[in-house]
Amino acid sequence: MNDTASFNAQSAIATDGDGFVLHEEDRDAILHERDHYEQPQAACIEALKIVQKRHGWVPDGAIPAIAGVLGIGVANVEGVATFYSLIFRQPVGRHVILVCDSSSCFLTGFDELRDAITAELGIDFGQTTADGRFTLLPVCCLGACDRGPALMIDDDTYGPVPPDAVAELLKEYA
Amino acid sequence: MSTSRRSLRYHCQLRQSAGERRAETHPLTWRFREDGALIGLEEYVEKDGYAAVREVLGNQSPQDVIATMKEANVRGRGGAGFSAGLKWSLTLQGGDLPRGYLVCNADEMEPGTFKDRLLLEQQPHLLIEGMILGAYANNSCFGYIFLRGEYIEAARALIQALNEARAAGWLGKNIAGSGFDFDIALHTGAGRYICGEETALISSLEGLRANPRTKPPFPGQSGAWGKPTVVNNVETLCNVPAVMRHGAEWYQGLSGGLSDDGGTKLYGVSGRVNRTGLWELPIGTSAAELLDRAGGIRDGRALKTWLPGGGSTGFLLPEHLELALDFDTIGEYGSRLGTGLLTVVTEEQSVVSLVRNLEAFFARESCGWCTPCRDGLPWTLKILQSLERGEGEQGDIELLEQLASDLGPGKTFCAHAPGAAMPLESSIRHFRAEFEAGIAHERRAAHEDPIPAGGV
Ligand SMILES: Cc1cc2nc3c(=O)[nH]c(=O)nc-3n(C[C@H](O)[C@H](O)[C@H](O)COP(=O)(O)O)c2cc1C
Ligand code: SF4
Ligand code: FES
Repeated sequence: MNDTASFNAQSAIATDGDGFVLHEEDRDAILHERDHYEQPQAACIEALKIVQKRHGWVPDGAIPAIAGVLGIGVANVEGVATFYSLIFRQPVGRHVILVCDSSSCFLTGFDELRDAITAELGIDFGQTTADGRFTLLPVCCLGACDRGPALMIDDDTYGPVPPDAVAELLKEYA
Repeated sequence: MSTSRRSLRYHCQLRQSAGERRAETHPLTWRFREDGALIGLEEYVEKDGYAAVREVLGNQSPQDVIATMKEANVRGRGGAGFSAGLKWSLTLQGGDLPRGYLVCNADEMEPGTFKDRLLLEQQPHLLIEGMILGAYANNSCFGYIFLRGEYIEAARALIQALNEARAAGWLGKNIAGSGFDFDIALHTGAGRYICGEETALISSLEGLRANPRTKPPFPGQSGAWGKPTVVNNVETLCNVPAVMRHGAEWYQGLSGGLSDDGGTKLYGVSGRVNRTGLWELPIGTSAAELLDRAGGIRDGRALKTWLPGGGSTGFLLPEHLELALDFDTIGEYGSRLGTGLLTVVTEEQSVVSLVRNLEAFFARESCGWCTPCRDGLPWTLKILQSLERGEGEQGDIELLEQLASDLGPGKTFCAHAPGAAMPLESSIRHFRAEFEAGIAHERRAAHEDPIPAGGV
């Protein structure tokens, strides 16, 4: 009984203690999004994306903050935040590389492209380089199948990316 | 931006010259520019844009629009091939019913599919015009374009086009003086293939986890926030303006006897061919013609097998190349037209490895609601991985066949699992020997040498 109580107290401190403060601009942007829909819950995904845009990821403290602004339950935000693959719940690198691992790219050299990237960066899918520069993730078909193997770095889509072009391309992202 | 970076940038491309594309024959792409640049409002209007809205709104009744669409029989280009007009005729409207929503499905994530991207990036006004007409027919008060989050270029084009259309009075109150009010918001996603399933898409639009919903009720009866909701694919909606402008008979005639269906289709080819890309052709064009336009297989290799319309369609063989690529014909051969973008597999490529890749996709993208899908797909994947390594055991193929049947239609809440079953079942049917080659052992006790859980 006591154990549970102290555990709860600790986690509450951990949440408050990460010191997350919702930026005023982001708060306004979230409220603006809310008006596009019949119910505030609908702005939840957009709210998470707004926070992520500023911080690079969605820290734990952002969950109750978003719930507060939208007037919805914390669990409703948390459940959504853990469902979507482009909402990051851990810090990511300055640049996120999304490599398409779907069928057309698989047929046009995904394995070689992945090997070139993992060798160049020394990390595997789901990891971030020690210098915090890149996070590497797989992604569903990028809709660039006519020019596979394809990948995205931040907002840019590239393809076809020959393995020997990887080093040069990554140099562009400091 | 350096030249190396610029030269690697992806640009979505139509492979037909302006000379080949005419308003009478290429309703989706005739306005496209040779340089692939965005068609803005001014150019769109100059090229007969929003003429259908002007003609229809206020002059025809919503029922007239639905009747024309039913007669034109524009079959859903999202993959299922359901008649848009028929769907619209089932939307609840009238009397005391609240006005509902029109949602454009622009979540394009089907492996091997890159067609909606082209329409969105280069001609967003055609979609907006189609949505206005669709909203008018279905009495929708508001529209959403559900766009996958990775389509950054398309988002830019759509935001610009929506602003232009609103400023010019094509969106908002009293559109073109007709008394009809309608506006559209862009909703961008945050990943997950399942968002493309229409009821999951509604869940996601409402800001929930993207779990599909049981049907009935169908979205047209009770969709977003319980209101009648119409969900249509980008390409489907892009067909509407020309149908309303030139009529159902003209549209039907576009396929020129190649198919019982009317209109054109944005077809495409990916894989190891010489000229991958997209073409707008009469629906019912054969895969042979497409392969020809794609310049044939690279390096003089032979074709082994092909998927007619994305990762959730069944494998077909070289002997099927002459079939009409339409919904009914392809459906008769144990496959589906799907999105109509061909994935080409060449002789030296392993079918077992490709199916392993596809099932890894479906396993990862399952929303986890139904047991066959959530548990059956990782199991399928593990068996395929062991066959690929040449470590399969007696009975594995029969087990895969059983799994394909258990994932099949009617056993799950949505068509994700049947979509996963189709390439699995058809690949075993056509290429059993390749699967057999992966079997090295007698059947063993279940936990001898187990494959570790997780890591899927
Ligand atoms: C798992 C799954 C994913 C889907 N993804 C898409 C998609 O990305 N785009 C799309 O238009 N339809 C997709 N669909 C089909 C939709 O459920 C729906 O049939 C379609 O949007 C209806 O529009 P249409 O009749 O105009 O084709 C998907 C279906 C399933 C089962
Ligand atoms: S079939 Fe799969 S994706 Fe569809 S509802 Fe069931 S678990 Fe979810
Ligand atoms: S399969 Fe990689 S972009 Fe489509």
